[in-house]
Amino acid sequence: MTLNGWLQIGLVLGLVLVAVRPLGLYMATVFEGRRSFASPVLGRIERGFYRLAGVAPDREQSWLAYTLAMLTFSALGFASLYAILRLQAYLPFNPQGFDGVPPDLAFNTAISFLTNTNWQAYGGETTMSHFSQMAGLAVHNFLSAATGIALALAVTRAFSRASAATLGNFWVDLTRATLYVLLPLAILVALAFIATGVPQTLTGAVDATTLEGAKQTIAMGPMASQEAIKQLGTNGGGFFNANAAHPFENPNAFSNILQIWSMLTVSAALLIMFGKMVGAERQGWALLGAVGVILIGGVAVVYIAETAGNPMLTALGLDPAQGNVEGKEVRFGQALTALYVAVTTGLSCGAVNAMHDSLTPLGGFVPMFLIQLGEVLPGGVGSGLYGLVVFAVLSVFIAGLMVGRTPEFLGKKIEAREIKLAMLAVLILPLAILGFSAVAAVLPSALSSLANQGPHGLSELLYAYTSAAGNNGSAFAGLSANTPWFNTTTGIAMVMGRFGYVIPVMAMAGSIAAKKRSAPGLGTFPTDGGLFVGLLVGVILIVGGLQFFPALALGPIVEHVLMLGGKTF
Amino acid sequence: MSHFRPALVLLLLFTALTGLVYPLALTGVASVVFPRQAEGSLILRDGQPIGSALIGQNFADDRFFQPRPSATSAPDPQDPTKTIDAPYNAANSSGSNLGPTSKTLIDRVQAAAEAKRAAGWQGPLPADALTTSASGLDPDISQQNALAQVLRVARARGMDEARLRALVEAQTSGRWLWLIGEPHINVLKLNLALDALE
Repeated sequence: MTLNGWLQIGLVLGLVLVAVRPLGLYMATVFEGRRSFASPVLGRIERGFYRLAGVAPDREQSWLAYTLAMLTFSALGFASLYAILRLQAYLPFNPQGFDGVPPDLAFNTAISFLTNTNWQAYGGETTMSHFSQMAGLAVHNFLSAATGIALALAVTRAFSRASAATLGNFWVDLTRATLYVLLPLAILVALAFIATGVPQTLTGAVDATTLEGAKQTIAMGPMASQEAIKQLGTNGGGFFNANAAHPFENPNAFSNILQIWSMLTVSAALLIMFGKMVGAERQGWALLGAVGVILIGGVAVVYIAETAGNPMLTALGLDPAQGNVEGKEVRFGQALTALYVAVTTGLSCGAVNAMHDSLTPLGGFVPMFLIQLGEVLPGGVGSGLYGLVVFAVLSVFIAGLMVGRTPEFLGKKIEAREIKLAMLAVLILPLAILGFSAVAAVLPSALSSLANQGPHGLSELLYAYTSAAGNNGSAFAGLSANTPWFNTTTGIAMVMGRFGYVIPVMAMAGSIAAKKRSAPGLGTFPTDGGLFVGLLVGVILIVGGLQFFPALALGPIVEHVLMLGGKTF
Repeated sequence: MSHFRPALVLLLLFTALTGLVYPLALTGVASVVFPRQAEGSLILRDGQPIGSALIGQNFADDRFFQPRPSATSAPDPQDPTKTIDAPYNAANSSGSNLGPTSKTLIDRVQAAAEAKRAAGWQGPLPADALTTSASGLDPDISQQNALAQVLRVARARGMDEARLRALVEAQTSGRWLWLIGEPHINVLKLNLALDALE
């Protein structure tokens, strides 16, 4: 670790912090339907879209209608993306002449992009045509993120309204999230990416003759446009197999900082938007504070573990000064690699600028654990906000149990029904992660996909289902995941993690919206102070994390001890 | 069913807007404003691409500075169901994905370390010279790695070591404003400068 490293980490987090409030307030303006500076231009497009789609923007939906609209949209998105991938050989923009994607892989990939997971069982440059990348995958980078924002808005309105039967209109929220937030940001960020060197071309590949006279085929494509929304929408599905470690996706320190900034800022700003919309901006900052504590803790552990390096390699004569650099790129350095690792998993982004499979045991423990906490740090675009609200509800419930009062959050009484629904949501992650991992760990056909043996092999399995169910998409990529077993089961885990989670949360939101608001009294537990922040951190770590501890002990933790003892597999 | 029409129409509209208009318009703008970057920062010699400034390429000859080991592979021309090692294959990026307790990793690094010692490398070995990168296409090496190679290159070319060390210093990209980034040397640019020196 160096002072310079910490300064760089601090600089990036500072750049995020500066942008969070303006963006949060802008989003509150947009989603409350008030005029913003963008309205004169985008308002026309927005109204045109509603006319063509037959949407009455003023007609609001109950939680159930809102959820059904979201499910219908997702189902159609799945069908269209599946069709594009299967048929890409017959579609335009296929300069490398790739065949259609096989059925199990197309199923997995369509689910993956639809649920904002962006798990990649394929190598982009060897599988996907430019059409599939642009009009298939990148479209769902936008739409799955916009869907997440819409759902978060519905949950926000459960607290900003009292005695209400409706939570907004899904089509309106979806359209505004795309037109007013994601698309303008994506254009700016994409242009900045191109300036740093990310290609944006329709060329398929360039054949170069190297200095030594060999032929090098360099895959090209429209990357910057995809890279921008991939980060802003916390999608994480890269143009290339190596994702953001590839020098085209992430050419230098500036693009790397921009990548981290753009994946973190929208999710963090949504917390401020939440505070603003429920009439208590401080609440947004309190949530952000709790998130920041855990996230920075995660960064520190990765940074310490990776700079400490692998003692077995040091024993072979390697200079420990660089730390563990297997699976890392020289240009990023350990500090911004550690920051990237923690942020991409604390969010549900899943882009990687280093191969997580080659991290030290504790360095690899952190990303897995951060996903298992429920992707709330500050989580995926939208999904992080509603996940955090679930934890906030559980926190006030536990506080209420301790002092024997009916818990309240933002003036809404939290009762048995809400807690049952919140628990239903929270329990879906251990079910999907531990359930599938347990089966895979005894299935010979699944075990034959492992690239590493011993406890690291278990970590590969555990990480795969953690990433899928958490809708993250990063991987211990040594696992050969493009098999019918993994394509099918990770696909199911992704559906459980997205829809199995959000349906009970929407039911909870409907129930909370219908409640009256009670005025804060002397006995009300304030949820915007340090005590609440501390409690929330504790609940996230204990309720979210403890259930995975036995599995983690058998994977990364035991591997750490074995590495110190010089044991190899 | 009342949800079907908005779902279908919005999906089509957004596919057109974010899937075609957005990337194609950006491609158009980029080709005017940032033509070199948009086409992959290619380095041309006599009009022909010799590589990209951003993408590492393989150097095996002793007369050149060598990049980091690369884990990329390619389909075996004899049997397409198998793959063979193909370092710096820029059509199929990949890391080794070997974990810290992998015997394969430790054995590979040990063999590489012994080879470096046999070639006369002294002292602690620069870690980036013995480990594979995440993409398999890392264009850069550390300054320590480049300096360790000076002796070999100087002998192969019959050049003065001090001149080569000065070249390595000159080709090192430092931190921007002493703060941002990690010092590194682009191997392709270093080797081009080396050829120009002779």
